[in-house]
This record gives sequence, structure tokens and C-alpha cells, in this order.
Amino acid sequence: MNIPELQKMTLNVRKEIIKSLHSAGAGHPGGSLSAAELFTYLYFEELHVDPKNPQMEDRDRFVLSKGHTAPGLYAALAFRGFFPVEDLMTLRHTGSYLQGHPDMKQTPGVDMSTGSLGQGLSVAVGMALAAKMDGRDYRVYAMCGDGEIQEGQIWEAAMFAGFHKLDNLVVIVDNNQLQIDGYIEDVCSPYPMDEKFKAFHFHTISIDGHNFEEIAAAFAEARSVKGKPTVILARTVKGQGVSFMEDEVSWHGKAPNDAEFEIAMKDLEKAGEALWQ
Amino acid sequence: MAVIGNINELPRIATREGYGKALVELGRQDKNIVVLDADLAAATKTGAFQKAFPDRHINCGIAEANMAGIAAGLASCGKIPFMSTFAMFVAGRAYEQVRNSIAYPHMNVKIGATHAGISVGEDGATHQCNEDIALMRIIPGMVVINPCDAVEAEAAVRAAYEYDGPVYLRLGRLAVPVMNDREDYRFELGRGVILREGKDLSIFATGLCVVESLYAAERLAEEGIDAEVINIHTIKPIDEELVTASAAKTGRVFTVEEHSVIGGLGAAVCGVLSENCPTRVTRIGIEDVFGESGPALELLHKYGLDAEGIYQKIKTAIAQQSAVS
Repeated sequence: MNIPELQKMTLNVRKEIIKSLHSAGAGHPGGSLSAAELFTYLYFEELHVDPKNPQMEDRDRFVLSKGHTAPGLYAALAFRGFFPVEDLMTLRHTGSYLQGHPDMKQTPGVDMSTGSLGQGLSVAVGMALAAKMDGRDYRVYAMCGDGEIQEGQIWEAAMFAGFHKLDNLVVIVDNNQLQIDGYIEDVCSPYPMDEKFKAFHFHTISIDGHNFEEIAAAFAEARSVKGKPTVILARTVKGQGVSFMEDEVSWHGKAPNDAEFEIAMKDLEKAGEALWQ
Repeated sequence: MAVIGNINELPRIATREGYGKALVELGRQDKNIVVLDADLAAATKTGAFQKAFPDRHINCGIAEANMAGIAAGLASCGKIPFMSTFAMFVAGRAYEQVRNSIAYPHMNVKIGATHAGISVGEDGATHQCNEDIALMRIIPGMVVINPCDAVEAEAAVRAAYEYDGPVYLRLGRLAVPVMNDREDYRFELGRGVILREGKDLSIFATGLCVVESLYAAERLAEEGIDAEVINIHTIKPIDEELVTASAAKTGRVFTVEEHSVIGGLGAAVCGVLSENCPTRVTRIGIEDVFGESGPALELLHKYGLDAEGIYQKIKTAIAQQSAVS
């Protein structure tokens, strides 16, 4: 996909995030919207996956360590063809295969069940290690929240990945700057993130996480790095694309009501008109 | 009647030794077996595996939560990880990783939890995990095995390997009498083993308390009390059929475990019997207290989990019951 196509797809992902959350009456819009470009790029450009064969042995793996932003992942998976887009409206409904947090046993294309913060990166490290042990060339990607990296287990995993030179591992930190209780730098600052990861023997790349040129360049650079895992620190805006959700802590974990839903969809339609011109 | 000879003459080997030995044998058989440690390879007895298959031994350092996640990731890619550390640090510290990263996706991860129970000895309460059976038993889909000797530990490792899904192997530090070193020994996951038939009462025991219970039963026999002794090596899934049948036959049940009386084998047996065959049950184990430092055998004696202690508790319970009725 070229950049305008990626931007259009991202808009579709954002619309489905809002629609599925509205349908669910619950969920996490802020961090789903902030990572929409990243989800889109991963599933339409970066990851070697096959929607017809989700368990393909040599597929690239993606672990959404910040599992609460499943609506963004689900939308990208659906548009990529892993399951019907209309099923996104069953998000969080009783009996749905689209659980509130990703469930690898139920949802095609989900490589790891996640949700409890801090755990996904360790699993991605295990996957990357398995590839190394078997001499396979698949790559492993894990997305963490910037609040999530306050969890100690993240740094246990980072220490192991750096020590074992897992250059088939890419960590993406969605640096949307907010966590449930406020700005990350007010709650318990994880900054400077780049220096921390460098100290754990990571190659670090800092980008604007809404800019596809920078995203593409970062993933390409990560592929060229040998002997080190890479972390992409993606600066984003929480709630990106929906006027009243942007940089608003209150939109971390609630669904829009009917009136808010209308406004959100209008915002996204308007952005779409600009893109389609 | 079981013929196991004099307890003092049996060779003594820790169940963790059986774990280490079986891993080497399995490692030869299946190259997908990997062993993980958290800086305790010497203590968990995985050193032989490490020596034989250095490329398949992963030392995660002192980071048990991360080890659990790495094990899950390896399992998702077709490996069969045996992750090893002390019971305290996996069932306790990494509980939530075991629940959410291993058990929830039903990963094929085997947990070799050594140094369980009060028989850790001198290290004391911080290292004596008397709660792990309860913690692991409650997790959906988790199999919990507590072998009674090194031979059974080896068999349990093989059974865990053959089972597709998470298994918690509860192992000990202390060298304990080897009672199963015989030709006809068989291990069947989820099946209790009748070691001594009796008609007056049933003793369901697990781990190192099995052999002690057998000797307690011998002493009871000398006084005309005919105790049935059953080894419950698999605490989950528990052998409901055998537990129910034995209780129905004897009408009086004792459970014996080196674990809290809350949530362990005693609770599992009570659960089965309250629904299938309401029977009076006395739970013998660690009361609702933390352990303490001391030589393992002395602690087992002090906490009433050696043959003498088990015998005394059963005698006292029977006497109290007769006095009331």
C-alpha cells in the first residue's frame, strides 16, 4: 500500500474502533486510536502473515502486550481478512470470539492472549528465542504501552532480549503519554525511555507514530539491525482522530454514548473527505 | 498390604533428583524439550540436562515472571518447556504469569516446582511454600502432581510430557525414602494408588507424607485399627472414583499433606466427598501458620507430619470421636 492507501485504511480502522466500542458499551478507545497507524502498518506492510492460514508456522508473530487496545488490533485483523469486518460489532458481547482482551484460542490471527500489563513482552521474547533456536527467520513484534513499561517484568524481558541479542525482536512503545491516572510523567515517569532501552542493549528509534514515512523507515531500519533487539518509540496522541478524545485522560477506558458516537463518526468522516479529495 | 520394608533401610533420594534425571532421558527422546531456570539450576537438579543439552537449557536469571512468559512464548512455537524454580517463586511470585500467560491460553508448559513445603528446612518460612497446591489447583485446566518419591517423580515428568497442556509438578528438596523402585510400578495421571487395603479408615496422602502414612498405618494395625492408605499423586484431576469408593467402604477419612490444610489435598478430598459421599474428614497438614527454620526432619516431626505425628493425630481424632458418640 502507498501512504494515502495506508491513511485511508487507518481511518477505516479508527471508525471500526469507535463503532465496535459503541456496540460494546465498554472498552478502551484512547490507546486503540493512538496506535491505529501502527496496527495498520504492521498488518498491511510489515508482518509476514496469511489470513487464510493464521497458524502458518513461519509467520511473523505479533504480541499486543497492551492488550486493552484490542479493538485496534481486531479492526486491522478484520480488514486484513482474518475474519469478517461485521463481526467487530460483537466486540465484548457474551459469546463473541472478540474478547475484551485478545484471546489466541478464540480469535484468528491473535498470536498471544494478553491483557494483564507487562506480560506480553516476555512471551514475545520466548517466541524470538524459539526462532533463534530453530534457525527460522520469522520475526516477532510486541507492542507495549508507555504506562505499561512501568511494570518490572518489561525490564526483566528487556534485559533478557538484549543479553541474548534477539535481533529478530521489535518492541513498539505507543508513547501516547497518558495512563489511567494522568500523564505518565506525573504518575511515575518512565522517561527517558530511549536511554533506558539503550542501557538494556536495544537499538532505539524515535518516531512520530502517526507518520507513515517515519513508521516505514523505522521498521526498515529495525530489519537491518544485527545483534540487538530494536525498540521503536512512537510518539502518539491518545484518542487520535476523534476531537474530544484527543489527549483526554478520561477516554482511556470508556465507550462513547450515542451523542458522542455521532460526533466521533463525523470527525472521522470529515478526515476521510480530506483524504479522498 | 504394601511391602516396603523398614523405613530406615530404604534408600533416600529427593524428588527433584528424579525430575532432573527424567529430563535428561526425555531430552534425548524429543529435541523440542527445553529447560528453563532462574538461577537455581543447581538446586532444581537440571544441571545434568544443561550439561547434556546446553543449547536447550535457558537460564533466565533471577526473573521468574519473565521466565514464565518466555516459557509461554516457546510453547506457542512448538517447544515443550520445563520451567524450574522453587515452588515459592513460581506458584507465589509468578502466580499471575502462570495463570494469564500459561494457563489461560493452555500453553504446553511444565512447571517443575522444587523446594515445596516445610521440608525446605533451614531456609525457613520465606522459602517454605505450603500454599502452592491451593494456588495451582484453582487455575482452570492446570494439572497438579505431587510425587511421593524419586521414582514417581520420574514417572510424573514423563506423564506431564505426554499430556498436552500446563502441568504443575510439586517436588521436594529433602531426600525421602524410595518406595516405588520395583518392576510392577506404574504411574497413571489422575489415578490414586491403593498401597494398603483397610476397612476401618482411609488415609489419603500425597508427596513425602505417603510413606509416613504407611508407617502410621502399620502402627495403627498393631492396635487393631485397619487403615487403608492411598497415594494421591495427582491432586488435580483428583481420582474421584477411588476417593469416593474408599470413603464409602471405611466411613472415616484422613488426608495427609505437607501443605496448608486450607486449599490442598484435604480440601480436594472434602470437595469430592461432600458431594458424593458425605464422610467425616480430618485434614492433617500445616495448620494456618507459616513455617520456620530447622532441619527438615525435625520440622516434619514438630509439625506432626512424620509417621509418629500422623499416628498420634489419627489416634487422638478417633478417641475424641468415640468420647463424643
